[in-house]
Amino acid sequence: MAQFRVCPDSGFYFDKSAESLIKVNAVAAAVSLLLAGILALGVILTRWQDVHLLPADVFYQVLTAHGLNALIFWCIFFEVAIMYFAASTLLRTRLAAPNWAWAGFALMVIGAVMNNVAVYQGNSSVMMTSYVPMQAAPHFYLGLILFAVGALIGCFVFLGTLVIAKEDKTYEGSIPLVTFGALTACIIAVFTIASGAIILVPTFLWSIGYINHIDAAMYRVIWWALGHSSQQINVAAHVSVWYLIVGVLFAARPMSEKVSRSAFLLYIFFLQLASAHHILVDPGISSEWKVFNTSYAMYLAVLASMIHGLTVPGSMEVAQRAKGYTKGMFEWLRKAPWGNPVFSGFFFSLVIFGFIGGITGVVMGTEQINIIIHNTIYVPAHFHATVAVGTTLAFMALTYLLIPVLFRRALFLPWVAKMQPYVFTVGMTLMILFMLGAGTLGVSRRHWDMNFTGAALSFEYPGTAYLMMAVAGVGGVLAVLGGGMYLLVTVGSLLFGKKLDESAGLFQSFGVPLAAGVYNISQPDRLMMAPKLAVEEHGSGGFEAPGTFVLAMALLVSFVVYYFINWDYLASVWPLS
Amino acid sequence: MTSFLPPSDRIWWKTPIGKQEIVWIGIALVWCLIMFFMMPYWHIYGKQNLSNEAYQTTPARFQAKVDEMVTKYQIGEEAGLPVVRPPAGSDIYMLGRLWQWYPILDLEKDKSYRLHLSSMDWQHGFSLQPVNINLQILPGYEMVLTITPDQAGEYAVICNEYCGIGHHTMLGKIYVREN
Repeated sequence: MAQFRVCPDSGFYFDKSAESLIKVNAVAAAVSLLLAGILALGVILTRWQDVHLLPADVFYQVLTAHGLNALIFWCIFFEVAIMYFAASTLLRTRLAAPNWAWAGFALMVIGAVMNNVAVYQGNSSVMMTSYVPMQAAPHFYLGLILFAVGALIGCFVFLGTLVIAKEDKTYEGSIPLVTFGALTACIIAVFTIASGAIILVPTFLWSIGYINHIDAAMYRVIWWALGHSSQQINVAAHVSVWYLIVGVLFAARPMSEKVSRSAFLLYIFFLQLASAHHILVDPGISSEWKVFNTSYAMYLAVLASMIHGLTVPGSMEVAQRAKGYTKGMFEWLRKAPWGNPVFSGFFFSLVIFGFIGGITGVVMGTEQINIIIHNTIYVPAHFHATVAVGTTLAFMALTYLLIPVLFRRALFLPWVAKMQPYVFTVGMTLMILFMLGAGTLGVSRRHWDMNFTGAALSFEYPGTAYLMMAVAGVGGVLAVLGGGMYLLVTVGSLLFGKKLDESAGLFQSFGVPLAAGVYNISQPDRLMMAPKLAVEEHGSGGFEAPGTFVLAMALLVSFVVYYFINWDYLASVWPLS
Repeated sequence: MTSFLPPSDRIWWKTPIGKQEIVWIGIALVWCLIMFFMMPYWHIYGKQNLSNEAYQTTPARFQAKVDEMVTKYQIGEEAGLPVVRPPAGSDIYMLGRLWQWYPILDLEKDKSYRLHLSSMDWQHGFSLQPVNINLQILPGYEMVLTITPDQAGEYAVICNEYCGIGHHTMLGKIYVREN
C-alpha cells in the first residue's frame, strides 16, 4: 500500500499519517501562540505604568493564561510535531501506532482547553507555577495532567518510530544529528512529565479534598523539576532545529558529529539540575545542594550550550567558505541570505539565546547572585530571551521552511515573512534589555502596580524604573506585532497560499492528507550515510571557522565581564550570613 | 546536509576532533570551573551568603514569637502597624500575611541581627528595596539569617511572590538608624 509521498523541492519523504499528525500539532501550537500573543498584549500594557490597562484581577488572570499558553502549550505542541518529523520524515519510516498518536493529540487538546477554561472562569489565577497553598479549580490541574499524558504518548510514539526505522533498516549507519537532538528532547520530556505527575497528581487530589496538606517547600522542589525541565525540552529541540536549518540552507555538515552529540549527551545528564535555579533563596535547602545543582554539576550543561554555540555557526561558516565566501573574517556571514526569514529567524534566535538568554541565566542561577535577582522582572526578561526568542523564533524559522515542504503551499505575503524576524527580534530585545534593567532596580515580576496604590505604607521606585518599564512596553508591543506577522503569514499560507501539489481541499492544511494520488511510494529508498568529504580537513592545524571563533570569544568576554559586574553589585548590598 | 543524514563515518565516535573545537571546549571548560568555584569561594570570603538555618514551624507558633517581640520592644505605631526596636544583636521577627509585612522594624546601623521570617498563609516574597535583597518566604518554614544593615535610612519590604488580588498593597518597612 503506497503511503509515502516525496516532496519534489526538498526530497523529504512524508508518511501519510505522520504528515497529518505533524500538521495538526503545528496548527494547535500556532493557536496556542495566538492566544499567548493576545494575552501578552494585556500583560505588557498593564506593566507599562502610564497605560496600566487592566484591573488587578484580570491582569493576574491574563498573566496566568499567557504563561501557560506560551511556555507550555505552544512549545510542547510544536515539539511533538518536531519529534514526528525528526523520526518519521528524516528516517523515511512509517509512524509507529498512529492511532495512539491521535489519542495523545486529543488528550493534549482536551487538557489545554480545560486548563484555559479554568483560568478564564476566574478561580484559577494562580500563575503558571500554581504554588501551594494558593489553590486553583480542580480542572486547572486536571487539564495540565491530561495534556502531559498526551505529550507522554507522543514521546512513546516517537521512540516507537525510531525502533521501527531500525528494524526495517530504513537508514544506514546511525540516526542523523537532528534526530539525535530530538531524541535528547524526548528523553528530557519523559523525565519532565514524570516529575509533573509526581507533583500535579497529589495537587489535583488536594484540590478536590482527598489530601489535606501539601508542603510548600516540597512542592517547589518537585514542581520545578517539571517547570524548568520543560524549558530544557525547548533547548534541546531548538538546538536541533538550528542544526536542521544550517543543514538545509547551507548543506552544512556538523564540524564534528562526536562533539555535537556529546554536547547533547551532556544535556541529558545535567540540564535538569537547573531546576535548582528557582529555589536558591528558599528556606530549608542546604548550600551544598544548591551549589552543586544550580551549577548543573560544574556547569557541564552550560559547556554543552557553549559547544553548540560554536559548532552551529561554525558548520555554517565552513560550508560558506567552501562555496568561496572566504574574504576576511566575516564574508561568510555578510553574504548569508539575510532576506530569507528561515535564515534571519535562525540566526537571531542563536544570537539572542546565547548572548542574552544564556549569560543572564547563568548569572542569576549563581547561588549568591540570585539574592539580588530572585522574583524581580529580571527573571521574565531572561526567559523571554531563551524561550520567546531562542525557542520561539527558531520554531518560526522552521515554520517558514516547512510551509512549502509539509503543507505544500507557497508562502503568503512573502515580504511580511521577510520582515517578521527583524520586527520580532528588535521588539523582544528592546523589551528584554529594559526589563533586565528594571529588575536590577528591584522592580518585581508578577506585580500589578508599581505605585502600590492602596497600600498602608508607601515606596517609590526611582524614575528610571518607570522609564525602563515604558521602553520595555514599547518593545513588547513591537514583539506582539512581530508575532502577529508570523501568524498572518502562516495562517494566510495555509488558507490562501498557492497550492504546490494536487490538493484535497481546504482541510489539507489542518490534518487531512493531500490528494490520494500524491502518495505514490510504498517504501522510500533507504537513507544512505552522508558522502565522505573528499579531503579530510580535521586536525590540519588551522582553524576552519575563524570568524565563528571571534564571535565565540566575544560571547566569552561579555560573559566574564557581566558575571563579575554582578558579583560586584552583590558585594554592595547588606552583609548577610 | 549531514545534520539530517546519518553521519558519513559509521564509527563516528572515533573520528578526530578539529583543533578549533578542542581549543574552544578547553576555554569554555576552564570558565565553567571558575564559575563553579566562585560560589564556594564566596561562602568563605564573601559577605553576602544565606545561612542554611531554617526550621519547620506553624503559623501559630511563629505568630507567638512575633507577638512576644512586639510586646517587649514596641516604641510606636505607624499606619496601624507597631514599630519595634529590638536590642542590637538580638533575634528579630517579621511575618508575611495577606497583605502585610508585620511589624515595622527599627534597627541600628552596622549592628547584626538574627532575622526570622515566615508566612502565615500563602507564599510570599521578601524583597528589601532599594537594597534589592530578595528571599522566598514559605508557610510552615522559619528562615533565619543574620543581617547587618550598613546604611542608615528607610527601607521598604515589597512582596514579590504573587499572593492574590491585594499582592501589590503588601508593603512593609525597616528603619535603620545611625548609632
